[in-house]
Amino acid sequence: MDSALFLEKLILIVVILAITLVMALYFTFGERKIAAFFQDRLGPNRVGPFGLLQPFADGGKLLFKEEIIPKNAEKWLFILGPGIAMIVATITSAVIPWGTSLPIFGRDVQLQVADVNIGVLYIMGIVSIGVYGIMIGGWASNNKYSLYGAIRASAQMISYELSMGLALIAVVMMSGTLSLREMVEQQVGLNWNVWYQPLGFILFLTCALAECNRAPFDLAECETELIGGYHVEYSSMKLGFYLFSEYINMFISSAVMACVYFGGYNFPGMHLISDPMILGIAQVAVMFAKIFFFVFLFMWIRWTLPRFRYDQLMRLGWKAMIPLALLNMLATGAVSLFNSQGF
Amino acid sequence: MNEITIKNTGQIISTETIDGDIATLNLGPTHPATHGIFQNILKVDGERILSAEPTIGYIHRAFEKLAERRPYNQITPITDRLNYCSSPINNIGWHMTVEKLAGIEVPKRVDYMRVIVMELARIADHLVCNSVIGVDTGALTGFTYMFQEREKIYELYEEICGARLTTNVGRIGGFERDFSASFHAKLNKFLEEFPVNFEEFDRLLTRNRIFMDRVIGAGPIKPERALEYSFSGPNLRAAGVDYDVRVMNPYSSYQDFDFDIPVGKDGDTYDRFVVRQEEIRQSVKIIRQALEKMPSGDFHANVPEFYLPPKEEVYRSMESLIYHFKIVMGETAIPAGEVYHAVEGGNGELGYYLVSDGGRTPYRLHFRRPCFIYYQAYPEMIVDSVLSDAILTMSSMNIIAGELDA
Repeated sequence: MDSALFLEKLILIVVILAITLVMALYFTFGERKIAAFFQDRLGPNRVGPFGLLQPFADGGKLLFKEEIIPKNAEKWLFILGPGIAMIVATITSAVIPWGTSLPIFGRDVQLQVADVNIGVLYIMGIVSIGVYGIMIGGWASNNKYSLYGAIRASAQMISYELSMGLALIAVVMMSGTLSLREMVEQQVGLNWNVWYQPLGFILFLTCALAECNRAPFDLAECETELIGGYHVEYSSMKLGFYLFSEYINMFISSAVMACVYFGGYNFPGMHLISDPMILGIAQVAVMFAKIFFFVFLFMWIRWTLPRFRYDQLMRLGWKAMIPLALLNMLATGAVSLFNSQGF
Repeated sequence: MNEITIKNTGQIISTETIDGDIATLNLGPTHPATHGIFQNILKVDGERILSAEPTIGYIHRAFEKLAERRPYNQITPITDRLNYCSSPINNIGWHMTVEKLAGIEVPKRVDYMRVIVMELARIADHLVCNSVIGVDTGALTGFTYMFQEREKIYELYEEICGARLTTNVGRIGGFERDFSASFHAKLNKFLEEFPVNFEEFDRLLTRNRIFMDRVIGAGPIKPERALEYSFSGPNLRAAGVDYDVRVMNPYSSYQDFDFDIPVGKDGDTYDRFVVRQEEIRQSVKIIRQALEKMPSGDFHANVPEFYLPPKEEVYRSMESLIYHFKIVMGETAIPAGEVYHAVEGGNGELGYYLVSDGGRTPYRLHFRRPCFIYYQAYPEMIVDSVLSDAILTMSSMNIIAGELDA
């Protein structure tokens, strides 16, 4: 590996990490503004112009708050919990193709940290680690409410990961690749996977909501029953990490949805742009537009729907989602078989 | 393996063997879902509740004892703090109790004015309850819509008496002043806008699939059991018993109005929600009728011993000075006797049992507080259900800590 490539990837990692964090910061702001919009309120508008500096004020507040570790908590696990949640949330972005490439300093910079050929599996793997952050944090707090939150979260994530994986398998069967970049490259123009996999997309979206612990699946932290769920004992930046990781997860799952089902950085008329610089920037912009749409959708759902009860959630997961995902897989398999046989 | 007995306030319901340990969970005293301060010590097997032990008295302020040392007109502010979601009903109920004992006849106009204020209070109370059911299921948005409407009702209170939450509205014998023109304007505007916004809220929740799944079958109670506990109000009607004090024992000219009493079937959270929703519509109907048929006349009965005379007259006439002194010093005596008067409060039959020995203060005053009764049934209603249902049961019974503990 030449050192230039190493440097290039390092810079890319730093840039993507920074963008992810800034996005997460502004999603908290966006969430509050959007909630206010739905609820006929104004939302934060005091800090900076239009309240735009609000996330920094919030982050600063969280940083400077007193750090409280409960006496009965398992100290190291208590610290480890939010760390895992944060790390897992941030490393998922490694395989997301943000665009094809940008020509910078005469180099063709790939807009993807790692084009691994098992990108989809990587994402599934990392996402399953995500539950450990919540589980360890909730258990280590030594609080019954957070334990409830942790149990709910782990049961929920395990069951919804199954249907998420099954929904993805249908796409993998269709596109014949596990690499996210190749998957995106196949969806040229408007030839998006969502047209072939509408059921799969709906299943994936539902599972993504569940994986991010977002309403109507926010049972792990539902404030009216479990007060705060798994993070009830957390304070200061540890709490901030949990809240942040939720928004980062939202950002990343929106990115995955955009890549897998909505053509990623593809947009109609992409081949008309010849300048690689403009093309690269346009691709990134389109990708982000798609991500923002999904994030908005997440927020829209959160501020509209009530949440499920735990047993209903499980019933939905096992008795509706998984059979539907299997059915979707079966149908996809049948159709691709017919196509390959040339019927 | 663990042998456990499922208990409900002392009574053993059943014995069973479960795997693993039983946890004790303190639901409260400060829990975001307990609207007020009360504790439930739950024994849980996972999410399932095996037994519940409620504790009350966290905000007991000894109102009944306080009332024994206060002149009659000074007890009104105490009643504010019972069910603070519908203080005007408490105030007016108290006024009517004293009027009943003292034999004061109020003009028809006062009756109608009271009906308007009480029905506004009922709307406000039911709005709080139903929107909070929404919040407890996780749908926060409907709550903000309905709290805007409640805000308008509070503005109407403000027009009548100057206060919003603890209203202290009216006087023994009527009102302190007539409804102003701006009150009428605001009320008409409210009657125009409210049903539209309310139906929007209704559409948001009532037929929402997730909401229905959550609330149907949560915390049910059978009508016989509800009657045994002496339930009343929307919670009893949700169980299928058509008992409403406004109809069974009309007060304040409720017999003049045409309205329906919605009745549920299963007595679960959904029925309680829907009954309250329908009662809000009926309340709007009653207010419209009262406004339409409002008779002319005085806004209070001719009871100078309860009405502060105008300040100029206090300086000029002897009687006014005497009455002023008597009212301010709380020296107005009420004839000896005992009386029970009940009104249909926001939450059920709100009764006042008043015993007077002819002195300036009550000899004994007891509030029949519906929340106190509901809370006794609460353990029975949540045993064998899950934690989420317990929360919903509590919010749908609209147990207000102020009224529970008094």
